[in-house]
Amino acid sequence: MTTDLLQAAAASNHWLAIAPELILGCAALVLLVLEMALPREQHGWIPRFAVLAQTVVLAGVLLNFETRWLGETTFGGLLRHSLPGQIGRVFFLLSSLLVSFLASVCLPRTRMPRTEFYHLILVVTAALMLLAQSNSFVMLFVALETVTVGFYILVSYFRDNPLTLEAGLKYLVLGALSSAIMLFGIVLLYGAVGRVTGADGAVHTGFEFGTVATFLQNNPGNFLATAGALLVLSGVAFKIGAFPFQIWIPDVYQGAPTPVTAFLAVASKAAGFAVLLTLVRNVFPPLAGVLVPVLSLLAAATILFGNLAALTQRNTKRLMGLSGVSHAGYLLLGVGASFTVPWAAGAVWFYLFTYLLAAMAVFGVMAYCAGADDTAQDLDAYERLAKDQPLLGAVLAVGVGSLAGIPPLAGFLGKLLIFIAAFEAHLYGLLAVAIIGVVVSIYYYFGWIKTAFFVDWHPPGTTEPPAFSRSAPGWVGAATLVLLTLATVLLGFYQAPLAGWLALK
Amino acid sequence: MNFPDNARLLQLAIATPLVSALVIALGRPKRHALKLAAAAFALPALIAIRLWAQFPAGAGADYQFASRLDTGLAGFGISLQLGLNGVSMPLFVLAGIVGLAAGLYALRSGAERLKIYLLLLLVMQGGLLGMFASVDLFYFYFFHELALIPTFLMVGVWGGRDRNYAAMKMTIYLTVGAMLSLAGLIAIYVQSGAQSFDLVTLRAELAAHPLPFTVQKHLFGLLLFGFGTLVSLWPLHTWAPLGYGAAPSSTAMLHAGVLKKFGLYGLLQVGLPLLPQGAQHWAWTLALLAGLGNVLGLGFVTMAQRDLKQMLGYSSVMHMGYCFLGIASLSVIGAGGVVLLMVAHGLSVALLFQLATCIHHRTQTFDLTEMGGLARKAPVLAAFFAAAIFASIGLPGFANFWGELAIFVALWKFSPWITAVAVAGVVISAVYGLRAAARIFYGPPSEAFQRAAAAQPPADLDWKERLPALLLLATLLFIGFWPRAVSDAADAALRASLPAVVPTATVTFHR
Repeated sequence: MTTDLLQAAAASNHWLAIAPELILGCAALVLLVLEMALPREQHGWIPRFAVLAQTVVLAGVLLNFETRWLGETTFGGLLRHSLPGQIGRVFFLLSSLLVSFLASVCLPRTRMPRTEFYHLILVVTAALMLLAQSNSFVMLFVALETVTVGFYILVSYFRDNPLTLEAGLKYLVLGALSSAIMLFGIVLLYGAVGRVTGADGAVHTGFEFGTVATFLQNNPGNFLATAGALLVLSGVAFKIGAFPFQIWIPDVYQGAPTPVTAFLAVASKAAGFAVLLTLVRNVFPPLAGVLVPVLSLLAAATILFGNLAALTQRNTKRLMGLSGVSHAGYLLLGVGASFTVPWAAGAVWFYLFTYLLAAMAVFGVMAYCAGADDTAQDLDAYERLAKDQPLLGAVLAVGVGSLAGIPPLAGFLGKLLIFIAAFEAHLYGLLAVAIIGVVVSIYYYFGWIKTAFFVDWHPPGTTEPPAFSRSAPGWVGAATLVLLTLATVLLGFYQAPLAGWLALK
Repeated sequence: MNFPDNARLLQLAIATPLVSALVIALGRPKRHALKLAAAAFALPALIAIRLWAQFPAGAGADYQFASRLDTGLAGFGISLQLGLNGVSMPLFVLAGIVGLAAGLYALRSGAERLKIYLLLLLVMQGGLLGMFASVDLFYFYFFHELALIPTFLMVGVWGGRDRNYAAMKMTIYLTVGAMLSLAGLIAIYVQSGAQSFDLVTLRAELAAHPLPFTVQKHLFGLLLFGFGTLVSLWPLHTWAPLGYGAAPSSTAMLHAGVLKKFGLYGLLQVGLPLLPQGAQHWAWTLALLAGLGNVLGLGFVTMAQRDLKQMLGYSSVMHMGYCFLGIASLSVIGAGGVVLLMVAHGLSVALLFQLATCIHHRTQTFDLTEMGGLARKAPVLAAFFAAAIFASIGLPGFANFWGELAIFVALWKFSPWITAVAVAGVVISAVYGLRAAARIFYGPPSEAFQRAAAAQPPADLDWKERLPALLLLATLLFIGFWPRAVSDAADAALRASLPAVVPTATVTFHR
């Protein structure tokens, strides 16, 4: 290794290009300092500082959306700044902000320390943002591991609850397994590609996306590389919870604290799809002949499994988990279509944003309806919700309706765009499966609304229904929930802002 | 020329109920909510009547009062395009009038949590008006769903017996139907190559390059069973009687009267013009399902009902059979008859559902065998009910007569046997309709009713109940005596939109 190479690498280190991630990382450290420096009665400022940092970064990213690094690679080709990367940044910041909001509802109920929770959220968000911009398998793996390690802690955060500990253990074991599988795939790809000297004399390794793509282009039938690609995708499938890698989902979703469940459901899943889209669009197009059937099969099985398994769930966290599996299936449909229909990638992001709005609204209601035991959130606890707390009832109805894909809510448009993309990609069989899935999903989604809205018959003598440990949202909570709900409704009627921004069509 | 011009009025008619619903949701005092709701139901009806009066009869299939709004999906060929043609104009008026009647009735229904009930009805009304005024197929579906979702909630929360089960069953059946039709619509969008959901563009594109027969066959099949489920085609009808039996009256009025026409309207405006060969392929299947299943089979089932609301639900399903038969006849007369019958049936079934609730308030039962002698206490109610039953049977003087007559004429060319079945259906509906009227209003009153009447003598219809009923009945009679108000424009539109493959009949029945 010569110093020239190091200097060349250093010359491409544009620290400003990753300012958002750096600010988040620094803010995470400041949180720890604040906890030591501030007197105990002023610790309430710590979450506020975390939220402030995220808001500032989000505003910065939005204001500087078309950065001057757009289309360029930095840090010796580790990162690539692109429009999807920017969209990913905004997405992850939005979801982490909402997770912070959920945490502010849930954490005070326990005796667990708070500072570390926000610290981890900030670190994980920074890693997620880097993940969406990674241009090399090394960066991809490191960022993904940072996310996963953060989640190991977050999932088992309420460590006095046995179910939470079980969830943490399951996530640890299966997460490590998936990381190992992915790493093996990366190594196989590296082994197949090796080191390549480019036209300009620079040495490229089999870790770089561009190099791998060129290699696959020139050696379409390479077995080692194909096997590597499939293993990498398996690792990603773990993250998004695609069949048959969804096995951890129900238990972990139930055991994890509600904000973490939301973080897993929204941000972790979206991270998987950001990676998947990058790989499918930039690295693996030559393998379309193998990957389209594999992804289609995966999508069909995921949609069917998710919806059928969700039918019998009584615990809302498990329900959200398994219905989330089916959403991963619809999204996979979009990914499969994106091989032939370029705008399908935009449709996947559109879907993810609608999912973010709807799922966060539902998780918000869940956070307010949860009792002392965060893992025991039964459907029965939603009885008479609409009567007792009309606001929560309305938010739940809109959120769940959007998840079910009912017009005029945003979720419907997300599904519609994906379905149109699938039609254009001639994935008819898969589309039929998806439509069956949507119909099945109506049963459990509507069952939830039914519980909350329709007054159930109680046997005489038991006129006094069980007391529910619901808390009414304060004005910040109410405003956040109303905002999410209004966004879901308005996006159903008027899509111009998001559609134009995602450069859909 | 006018202030504001008609295209704006059309937008206003659709926006008013939706915006009012939002205002009611966010606003506080209940008093204002009631006034606002009344205004929001009345305004679209007035606008609909005005547009109807100004509608140029010779407009053909062209859309009048057209406007277009881009919501951000123009790249996909989706934009909010509103307009009315000869087929949608009468149905828009139907939605306006039935909506007003249902709204007026709901205002005085004394339902629990009236504000939310009205809010949901307003959303439904906005969806119904938008559905018939949409030129863009995406919004056609979108507005239908907008109207459909509140029904589930209204049945589940304000419904009667078996409401939970009924709401669940309705939701699942209607979602299946809606998803199938959506798949059909997307398939047309993709297969046509027009890259547009705009019905006018699609028509032009498919007239120039018709789809191959096998594609048409599959697509029409999707639409037929998707729309068919929504209209309660036998054997996919089981949600309807159950749902209407449980639904609160205003919901049943709007759903059975207006919303259910979505599927028929879709077949007329989308299925027949765009996929004529597919329609030909399925015509006999449809005729047999509708003729033997809906008209004959469910006709007998209707006769066997003891519960008034169930009977009305089944009779509504049965009469949908005539509409399907009119579509299966593949002719302009038949299709024109369907338009007339859709409007007429919508008005008469809404009237019947309203009166059924009025009867229930007086007898405290829907069981026909426990009623009797109500005519002596409530003669006006009896007169209204008899008129509604006559209309529903299809006696001359009511709009239903013209619709059924046109369908029978068209069917004769299609198949005399099916015509015979259809005519037998008229006898069946006369039997159950008149028998129901006789049981409720004449004969000796049952003991239970006598006891209840002794405690609190039942009053006749008051003006709050008379007003909506009068509105519906007057429209029925108006179209009954002047069917050209509907059929002129509808004929012109259908003649222009149905391609040559569909044999156009040379006779128009009313001239």
